[in-house]
Amino acid sequence: MATAEQPVLGYGRMKRKEDPRFVRGKGRYVDDVSLPGMLHGAVLRSPLAHARILSIDTSAALQHPKVHAVITGRDLEAQKLAWAPTLSADVQAVLALDKVCFQGQEVAFVVADDHYSARDALELIDVEYEPLPAVVDPRKALDPDAPVIREDIEGKSDNHIFDWEAGDRDATDAVFERAEVVVAQDMIYPRIHPAPMETCGCVADFDAVEGKLTLWCTTQAPHAHRTLYALVAGLPEHKIRVISPDIGGGFGNKVGIYPGYVCSVVTSIVTGRPVKWMEDRTENLTSTAFARDYVMRGEIAATRDGKIQAVRVRVLADHGAFNATAQPSKYPAGFFHIFTGSYDLEAAHCRVTGVYTNKAPGGVAYRCSFRVTEAAYAIERMVDVLADELGVDPAELRMRNLIRPEQFPYRSKTGWVYDSGDYEPALRMALEMAGYDRLREEQGERRERGELMGIGVSFFTETVGAGPRRDMDIVGLGMADGADLRVHPTGKAVLGISVQTQGQGHETTFAQIVAEELGIPAEDVQVVHGDTDETPFGLGTYGSRSTPVSGAAAAVVARKVREKARLIAAAMLEASPADLEWEKGRWYVKGDPEQGKTIQEIAMGAHGTVELPEGVEGGLEAQTVYNPSNLTFPFGAYVCVVDVDPGTGQVKVRRFVAVDDCGTRINPMIVEGQIHGGLAEGVGIALMELIAFDEDGNCLNGSFMDYLIPTAKEVPNFELGATVTPSPHHPIGAKGVGESPTVGSPPAIVNAVIDALEPFGVRHVDMPLTPARVWAAMQGHTEPPA
Amino acid sequence: MQVTLTVNGDEVTREIEPRMLLVHFLRETLSLTGTHWGCDTSNCGACTVLMDGEPVKSCTVLAAMAGGHEVRTIEGLERAGELDPVQQGFIEEHGLQCGFCTPGMVMTARALLDRNPDPTEEEIREAISGQICRCTGYVNIVKAVRWAAEHPAGAAATAASAS
Repeated sequence: MATAEQPVLGYGRMKRKEDPRFVRGKGRYVDDVSLPGMLHGAVLRSPLAHARILSIDTSAALQHPKVHAVITGRDLEAQKLAWAPTLSADVQAVLALDKVCFQGQEVAFVVADDHYSARDALELIDVEYEPLPAVVDPRKALDPDAPVIREDIEGKSDNHIFDWEAGDRDATDAVFERAEVVVAQDMIYPRIHPAPMETCGCVADFDAVEGKLTLWCTTQAPHAHRTLYALVAGLPEHKIRVISPDIGGGFGNKVGIYPGYVCSVVTSIVTGRPVKWMEDRTENLTSTAFARDYVMRGEIAATRDGKIQAVRVRVLADHGAFNATAQPSKYPAGFFHIFTGSYDLEAAHCRVTGVYTNKAPGGVAYRCSFRVTEAAYAIERMVDVLADELGVDPAELRMRNLIRPEQFPYRSKTGWVYDSGDYEPALRMALEMAGYDRLREEQGERRERGELMGIGVSFFTETVGAGPRRDMDIVGLGMADGADLRVHPTGKAVLGISVQTQGQGHETTFAQIVAEELGIPAEDVQVVHGDTDETPFGLGTYGSRSTPVSGAAAAVVARKVREKARLIAAAMLEASPADLEWEKGRWYVKGDPEQGKTIQEIAMGAHGTVELPEGVEGGLEAQTVYNPSNLTFPFGAYVCVVDVDPGTGQVKVRRFVAVDDCGTRINPMIVEGQIHGGLAEGVGIALMELIAFDEDGNCLNGSFMDYLIPTAKEVPNFELGATVTPSPHHPIGAKGVGESPTVGSPPAIVNAVIDALEPFGVRHVDMPLTPARVWAAMQGHTEPPA
Repeated sequence: MQVTLTVNGDEVTREIEPRMLLVHFLRETLSLTGTHWGCDTSNCGACTVLMDGEPVKSCTVLAAMAGGHEVRTIEGLERAGELDPVQQGFIEEHGLQCGFCTPGMVMTARALLDRNPDPTEEEIREAISGQICRCTGYVNIVKAVRWAAEHPAGAAATAASAS
C-alpha cells in the first residue's frame, strides 16, 4: 500500500496483510475452489427427529442423467465407514442406518454434475420412516419412560452420557449450611448456533494414481482432521493433505468433522473425480455443531454484609443425539470449573450431567473456551441475584469479593491456577468510563417518569489456551502447537504455524511476533498456515488458543533463530558468542557497538561462505513445539446500559463499556476488532439468538429469517478500555482475547435488563431476551411464552 | 435460455438454465467468486451486487432477470489499479476480519455514497442493516464508510497530502 508509514518492527497497530485480497474479492474460500471435472454433492436429510428407517430406494435418483453416484449408510457400512468417531469418545452416524435421531440427520449423499442437479436428485430418493416419540426437553431425557435414543450403543437403556463434578462437595455443603444468606436461581443458557457467514463445506480430490487425498475444507483444525481421516478411513497420513484456505468465520462451528466431508471423500474415491459439497444455511443451522444448551441451577452462599463464601451449580447438559462436543477428552463439561468466577471463595462445587436428546449433535464452544461462557454467565447472574437479595449495588458487591492482586497465582476452589490478575483497577476503569454513579442517578430520574432504564455489570475471568498436553488432548492428540521459521538469505522470513485464521488476522499478528523477536519488518515475514503439507502439526484455532499456544510457539521459534544468529554473528565478527549483545535486529560486540551484524547480514552469512563453528549448521532456521505449562486467564469488566420499551418489552442496548485485560497486546487494532465482534455476538446471544424445537423435535430456527443475528441497527458503538496484566508463564505475556467479549457480555446485558425491570419485581428472565419474553416477565409470567 | 447482460462494463452472453440464480451465474459461469453466498433468504447480504447502481441480493435475483441490465461486482470496483475509496476505507479502519461479508458490505456502501456522499453514522447503519457481519460488530465498518466519505479520491489523495 502506498503510504508513508514506517515499517512495523514488532508490536503495535499495523494494517492487516490479509486485507488487500479481501477488499478486492480475491479471498479464496472453499466454495471458490473449482477443479477440472469437479462434481457436486448434496445430502438427503431426515425430516423427522426420531424414526426408524424401513427402506431407502435410490433407484430413481440413480436414473437421473446428471447423477454419478448415490450412497447410503449401507454402502458406507460395507467399507466400515458408516460410523465415525466424534471428538468426545462417542460415534456418530455418517449416514443413518437403522434409524434417524435428529431432524436434519444425514441419510443419503448424491453426487451430480452440478449442484442444482444434485438437489433435484434428492427429491427422487424415497425413504420410508416409522416415526418414534422424540426426546426434546433434556429435563425429561432421564425419565424412566423416555425413549432410548442410542440403540446403537450396546446395552444402552437410557439417555445418560456422563456425570462429572468439580470442587469439594462436602466443604461446599458445610458452608451453605451455616451461611447467613443463600440465594438460588434456575437459568437456561439456551441452544444457540455459531452461524459463521460461510457455511461448512469441502472439496475432496482423490488422486488414484498417487493414492493421495487433497481436501480443501472449512476446518479450524486441519492437522487434527488429517490425523482423524488417517485413523478412521485407513488412508496413510502422508497421503492426506488438508487445506484450510480462507475461512469465512468459524466461532467453533468448524472444529468437528461432519458427515458431508466423509461422504465427499468417499464419493471422490468412488467416482475418481473431485467432489464439492457446501451445505446451505438451513443445513448449517440444523445439523452442524450448536453451542451451549445448559440447564443450570446456581446457588450462592454469603454473609449478610456481602462476602461471598461458596457457590454451588447443578447442570443438565443437552448434547443432542451424538456426543460430539469439542473439548479436551478429560473434560466432558469443558472448563466449566471457572464458574467460581473472579471471586475469592471458601468452597465451590458443581455437578454436570450430560444427556442425549433428539436434536443435532454438537456442544461446541461458540466463540468461547469450552463451556467458560456458560460458567461465567452462571456466576455473574448469581452475583446479581445476591445483590438484589442483599440490597447492595451489584458493582459494589463484586468489588468487595474480587480476588486481590497479591493472591495471584490464585488456586481456585475447583483446582485451576489463575496465572495473573489485577481485577479491581479493571472494574474501576469500566465504572468510571461508564460514569456509573451518574447513570444510577439518571436511572432514578427516568424511573420517576415511568421509563425503564437498566445498568448491568459483569466481571469475568476466562480460562483459555488449552492446554498443557499432559492434561489436555482431543482424541488422544496433545494440545500443543508447532512452528517453524526459516530466514532466507536476504533476511526475509517464512513462518509456518499449525493454527489457522478464520478472520483473526494471523498473517499479520504472527508476523509481528517474529518481527518483535528478530527486529525485522513484519512486512518481511510471510506466515504460512492452513495447509498440512506446508505447516507443522498442531491442534488448531479454537478456545482462544492461537496466541496463547501458537503465538508462544512463534515467539519461541524466533528466539531459537535469534540464538542461532548469535553463533553465526560471532563467527562473522570473530568474537565469542558470550561477548555479543542483542539490540532489536542486530547482534553486536559488547562495549563496541559499531562491531555488529544485522539479522539480514547474518542470514546471508548463514547461507554463504562464512566458516561456521563446530556443530553449527548452515542456514538460519528453527522449529519448535510449544506445550503450554498452564492455561491463561484473561479477564474483564463490562458495563451495559439498556432501555426497555414499557409498551413492547423491546430492549435497546444504549451503551456498552468493555475493559479487557488480555495481557500483552500484539496488535491493538486487531484486539479491539476482536472485542467489537465478540460484543456484537454477545448482544445477539443475550437478546436474539435461539435454536428452538417443537415437541416433535422440529427445529424452529432453520434459516436467518428465524435465527436472528444482530445487524448494525442492534449494536451500539462499543466503548473499549484496557488494562494489561501479562501472563507470567507465556513467552510474550499474551493471554488471548477473541472470546472474552462473548463470555463477558451476555451476563452484563441480561443483568442490565433485569435491572431495568426492577419495578416489576423481576429477578430473572432466560435468554434470549426477546420483546415477547421481556413483556411476559413484566406481566408476571415466569415461563417464557411458547 | 440465453441471457445477455453487462457485468463490470463488459457485455456477456451465456446459455443458462432459466432457474439459475444471479449469484451462481456470477460465481460459477463467470468465475467472479468475489460475490459470496451466505443464506438463501436475502437476510445476510453476502451476495450483494449492484444492478443499475442499486444494491440487490443476487441470491434472490434470477440471472434471467438481470438480462439487459448493468451488474457491478466487487471485482469491478478497482479502477486502473487504484482501490475504490470504500475498499481503502475498509483497510484503513479495520472494517473486515474474515472477509466473507466484505464484498457485499463494500458494494452497499458504494451505492450509499453514490446517492449520499456524506452520510451520518445513522444513515450508514441503516444502509447496511440488510447485511450481517459476524466478525466486526459493525463499529469499524461504519468508520470505514465514513473514511470513504471523507476521502472521495481514495488513497491517492491521502498519499499526496501526506507527502
